[in-house]
Amino acid sequence: MAHLEFEKPIVELEERIRELKVYGIRDRGMGGEISKLEERVVELQAEIYGGLTIWQKVQLSRHPDRPYFLDYVERIFDDVVELHGDRAYADDAAIVAGFATFEGRSVAVIGHQKGRTTKEKVRRNFGMAHPEGYRKAMRVMELAGRFGRPVLTFIDTPGAYPGIGAEERGQSEAIGASIALMSGLRSPILATVIGEGGSGGALALGVANRVLMLEFATYSVITPEGCASILWRDGALAPKAAEQLKLLAPDALRLGVVDGVIDEPRGGAHREPDEAAAALKDAIRRELTELERMSPDELIADRYAKFRAIGVTEG
Amino acid sequence: MALFGKTKADVDAADKKTLGRGVFRKCDVCGVTLRAEDFTANHEVCPECGHHYRLSGEAWAELLLDPGSFEERDLGILSRDPLEFTDSKRYPDRLVASRKKTGLEDAMMVGEGTMAGRPVQLGAFLFRFMGGSMGSVVGEKITRMFERGTEKKQPVILLSASGGARMQEGILSLMQMAKTVAALRRLREEANQPFISVLLNPTTGGVAASFALLGDVNIAEPQALIGFAGPRVIENTIRQKLPAGFQRSEFLLEHGMVDIIAERSAMRPTISRILSHLLG
Repeated sequence: MAHLEFEKPIVELEERIRELKVYGIRDRGMGGEISKLEERVVELQAEIYGGLTIWQKVQLSRHPDRPYFLDYVERIFDDVVELHGDRAYADDAAIVAGFATFEGRSVAVIGHQKGRTTKEKVRRNFGMAHPEGYRKAMRVMELAGRFGRPVLTFIDTPGAYPGIGAEERGQSEAIGASIALMSGLRSPILATVIGEGGSGGALALGVANRVLMLEFATYSVITPEGCASILWRDGALAPKAAEQLKLLAPDALRLGVVDGVIDEPRGGAHREPDEAAAALKDAIRRELTELERMSPDELIADRYAKFRAIGVTEG
Repeated sequence: MALFGKTKADVDAADKKTLGRGVFRKCDVCGVTLRAEDFTANHEVCPECGHHYRLSGEAWAELLLDPGSFEERDLGILSRDPLEFTDSKRYPDRLVASRKKTGLEDAMMVGEGTMAGRPVQLGAFLFRFMGGSMGSVVGEKITRMFERGTEKKQPVILLSASGGARMQEGILSLMQMAKTVAALRRLREEANQPFISVLLNPTTGGVAASFALLGDVNIAEPQALIGFAGPRVIENTIRQKLPAGFQRSEFLLEHGMVDIIAERSAMRPTISRILSHLLG
């Protein structure tokens, strides 16, 4: 268990209660002590989780224990078949794609995947895809479109990778092409931002009929660190930049960028991953049932109208 | 993302101070001093070293289209401040200052005209306005241009010069990438008209990663910086110096990302010939 600085008082107290329960559960004196501590935990949770700052919420979206794409896949889908590679250059482990069943129907599932261990983090490049990752996603989306299978995407990336190889192989073109493909796909598309929705690398999986966001996910044109370094030449001012960027789920909902926000368990999805997955599953069922009523032409028109309306201008 | 740092050679030609009561002008790249009108007559390309300085939107329309045929469209669309964004200035104040400094409404000019008699839709990023950054206004104008091309069944030519999405409009700027590309897709699928993407210095970030590299034909000016991530971001990520020429037009041609590098004087005939090949 890793925890963030502001979670510390709660986590420490919970640890203490667990220990007391293990060592002295039948002791009457201890019992009183435990229930007092449990009351205190509830108070602390109300105090801390009730008053989270914007920056603390950003930290929750990146929490080291936060459920990642594959944690949800194993809890929500059956009969998963992963497909690999872009048929041109490589298999990018920062994006996982394939088919699975959701309550009896076949769907394509595609998501950014971060790593849990150091070794896996490196292998998955911290969820930052190269062009071949987007091209793999496009292959699977195209296949789903041909066979009329719904596409479910799960967004969790700091951004598309900024590196030499990525530029050489056309990072810009890959993202643009994925956006174009999604805008014309003949299947229903549902996108959910489950963690970090970082810039173009997130949008490349985000052009959907319905876009949902978990309560403590973020969706932003640039990372707060990147924004701070451009505005004030100091990445350490990221918390200040985060306040300006309006990158939290309620902001995205208000601005018309997402269609719904899925509540997370108190304190964040990492506290109760099963509960978080169940809420996500309910939301998927609800949205998919509606989208499945639309014809391919209606789906394309619906997607066009949705994004066509985004933006604030006068005159 | 929008880059605000400029190298000396990138300073906008229109901001340039001419020497000797506006008669002479010095090239920042090769150092030659020539008559100012020699630069103007050569469409802001140094006659000596060939460095391409920035050209205004009107000058581009004049250069590419039949004389007097250009009519600007979608004027009077202005940005608001949905995020209430403040850095060193409030965003509305920044907009007012930019309008005053440049005489422009925002960073995009769109319109229609004819090229060798053929009706075309033309758009140009105006880099002088907040680094050509794409927010709601830029996205709306580009979308309308693609929609007009689709409706009238006309080819679209778009000249990109932008640092990327406009940070001050946050996530709404990001969404302009999806809005514009969806409109571009319609131009192709519903009207079967070509999109000619002209890449000027610089084309990066969200503009590169949406329509700019999706031209049916991509044409770059020589030496233009074109890429997803800016060089400084990449250097900070990989912690090493980038090779010379990285992300320049010639690098993109070598890596198969652009079709043609055309000097400014060759831009009109190049586009015109491609349109003739495709449309007769």
